[in-house]
Amino acid sequence: MPRWPGIAAAVLVLLLTFGTLAAVAIRGQGAVVTAADWAAIRFTLLQAGLSAVISVGLAIPVARALARRRFRGRGLLITLLGAPFILPVTVAIFGLLAVFGGNSVLSTLLGWAGWPPVSIYGLHGVVLAHVFFNLPLATRLILQGWLAIPAERFRLAATLDAPVFRLLEWPMLRVVVPGALAIVFLLCLTSFATALILGGGPRATTIELAIYQALRFDFDPGHAAALACVQFAICAVVAGVAWGISAPDGLGAGLDRVVDRWDAGGRGIDAVVITLAALFLLLPLTMVIWRGVPGLTEMPASVWAAALRSLVVALGSVALMLVLGLGLALRPGRWMGGIGMLPLATSSLVMGTGLFLLLQPFTAPALAALPVTLLVNAVMSLPFTQQTLGPAVTQAEAGYGRLATQLGLTGWARLRWLILPRLRRPIGFSAGLTAALSMGDLGVIALFASDRSETLPLAMSRLMGAYRMEAAAGAGLLLLILSLGLFWLFDRGGRMHAAT
Amino acid sequence: MLRLEGLRLRQGEFELTAELTVRSGAVVAVMGPSGGGKSTLISAISGFLRPLAGRIIWDGVDLTGLPPGQRPISVLFQDNNLFPHLTVQQNLALGIRPSGRVSPPEAAQIVAVLDRVGLTGIGPRRPAALSGGQQSRAALARVLLGGRPLVLLDEPFAALGPGLKDEMLDLAAGTLAAAGRTLLMVTHDPADARRIAAEVIAVEAGIACAPVPIAEFLADPPTGMRSYLGMDRGKVG
Repeated sequence: MPRWPGIAAAVLVLLLTFGTLAAVAIRGQGAVVTAADWAAIRFTLLQAGLSAVISVGLAIPVARALARRRFRGRGLLITLLGAPFILPVTVAIFGLLAVFGGNSVLSTLLGWAGWPPVSIYGLHGVVLAHVFFNLPLATRLILQGWLAIPAERFRLAATLDAPVFRLLEWPMLRVVVPGALAIVFLLCLTSFATALILGGGPRATTIELAIYQALRFDFDPGHAAALACVQFAICAVVAGVAWGISAPDGLGAGLDRVVDRWDAGGRGIDAVVITLAALFLLLPLTMVIWRGVPGLTEMPASVWAAALRSLVVALGSVALMLVLGLGLALRPGRWMGGIGMLPLATSSLVMGTGLFLLLQPFTAPALAALPVTLLVNAVMSLPFTQQTLGPAVTQAEAGYGRLATQLGLTGWARLRWLILPRLRRPIGFSAGLTAALSMGDLGVIALFASDRSETLPLAMSRLMGAYRMEAAAGAGLLLLILSLGLFWLFDRGGRMHAAT
Repeated sequence: MLRLEGLRLRQGEFELTAELTVRSGAVVAVMGPSGGGKSTLISAISGFLRPLAGRIIWDGVDLTGLPPGQRPISVLFQDNNLFPHLTVQQNLALGIRPSGRVSPPEAAQIVAVLDRVGLTGIGPRRPAALSGGQQSRAALARVLLGGRPLVLLDEPFAALGPGLKDEMLDLAAGTLAAAGRTLLMVTHDPADARRIAAEVIAVEAGIACAPVPIAEFLADPPTGMRSYLGMDRGKVG
């Protein structure tokens, strides 16, 4: 393959991450890290640590139960475990509020027993939401570890009547759990929308939320840039640790096998664990649908316009992600892999603000809001899409690169006849992932949107903020359908007629 | 005429030298123990391995610096000789030119070549729908269609049963060799060599020897080849 597409993609990603940071930084003068910033840093580390420990701690028994039990709906449940990752944050929080919040089912039950209603605002609310998003991901990561233990070992342990946990499961967990902890910790570090809705105030502000406040209320880009640098440094350290302990990949398929084992017992516990996990996952989603259906008629017309805008932005993000992602994937290696992971540590708010500052001389902020969101969403999804696109290109080249070279397939012909057809599934999956993440994104748009550039998640959160809960529920259901629907369509499209 | 001039190759720790000539239209078996360098030699001739020194010359043209796709050479590898995501027709079209676009007369040519290798009407199918033997035939058809004068067979039929393998060798000889192409065929089975080759290049102990007539080779093999051919026990392969 020619070198320039990969290099162009890498340069563009570097410009969008470090270039935008520089553009923001030079606007500020002598940024200082204040006492409030230290509080934000402490809170960020605390909530990410708690979220990681609780998510992974709960995921271990769930993964064990799923690994060793065969039951109806097991495959469906494992598929559903993939859903929270692509679920719009606003939708999930709406569902969690309906189950655990002040006017929720839970609070009503507690009220009958004479207890005060619960509130999920503040630290425990943020952690609850993060556990909701990351418990399923952690479960899939750890389940993969269980399924990677060869069946013969369980058989051997059974014939020896050896303790399965100490002999097989503990060594596996010691390898898999640190990686899972690091991934969840990293994902929670840059949390914005969750903290925006459930956190806030001096005691529950993440760094990304502090960046938002610095930009929106103080308009102090220098301060925002300083915070972004702090966030980048923390993320880089954690990402380095995760790299060192070779983090597992939980996005892939192949989790439908059941581990055959011969040690009896634990049946009751497994049933309870699976039921609780399924309820924790399904109740909020059910509430979104339950309250959303009547809410659909309550929605103002502006919600439909917002939905259309979000759809256009999502499709644009997919197109740009594919150009960048394939460009990076076509030149495999450590450098390109590292550049693809950079956005994981980047503040999307700073990236967006930097783009605004760069575009300011040429266009009005209201006009730039959607294109900037499109760019940011495409870049922010790269760390996830490169996990599948990169290895797929390597595999296609390993299997058929020699044949393609022998036939003189270079440049566009190689892309058309070898790479693109062999990558149908990963391309479909990546496109679906990007579309869903972009559809549900509530980030940079919250900074700059006017009414005429409102996206669906922003419209929904504004309705929630105005306590128009019926209308918000309708918008939430629409957002849920569009996000999961886009993912399903792209993923299915990639699988159809894909030759193995 | 293929000429290897002072060729020195290295793959990892392994080194191979070659100084030999193969005349045009010859069918030559490349024989030797596994790990002896047969595939290294084929890799270098086809352009996948850059030589340390020496030149590879075809009909007076130096190929040494050319990428594999621009050499007058077709290769059939041990496996993955067809793209599984393309139909047989598309696979064959890529044998004509890398863009995969074919004119109506060329499309007719594809149909005719498929007829010739016994795959009538199979163009619209994908390789997964074909048997192992049919896949080999389709790959041979693509080589036939491409028209490159030197064909390297790196044990492409090794996974087939003995009967099918003989059939494929006969087909390769009957089509490619009959059309005047030069054939270099890697094999570790003297019976394969005897079946279609007239000469043998012995590759062992880091040296690829000049081709010798097959009868001569089998009657009096170089000392290092004797145990490989099972002649220590006084038996010829």
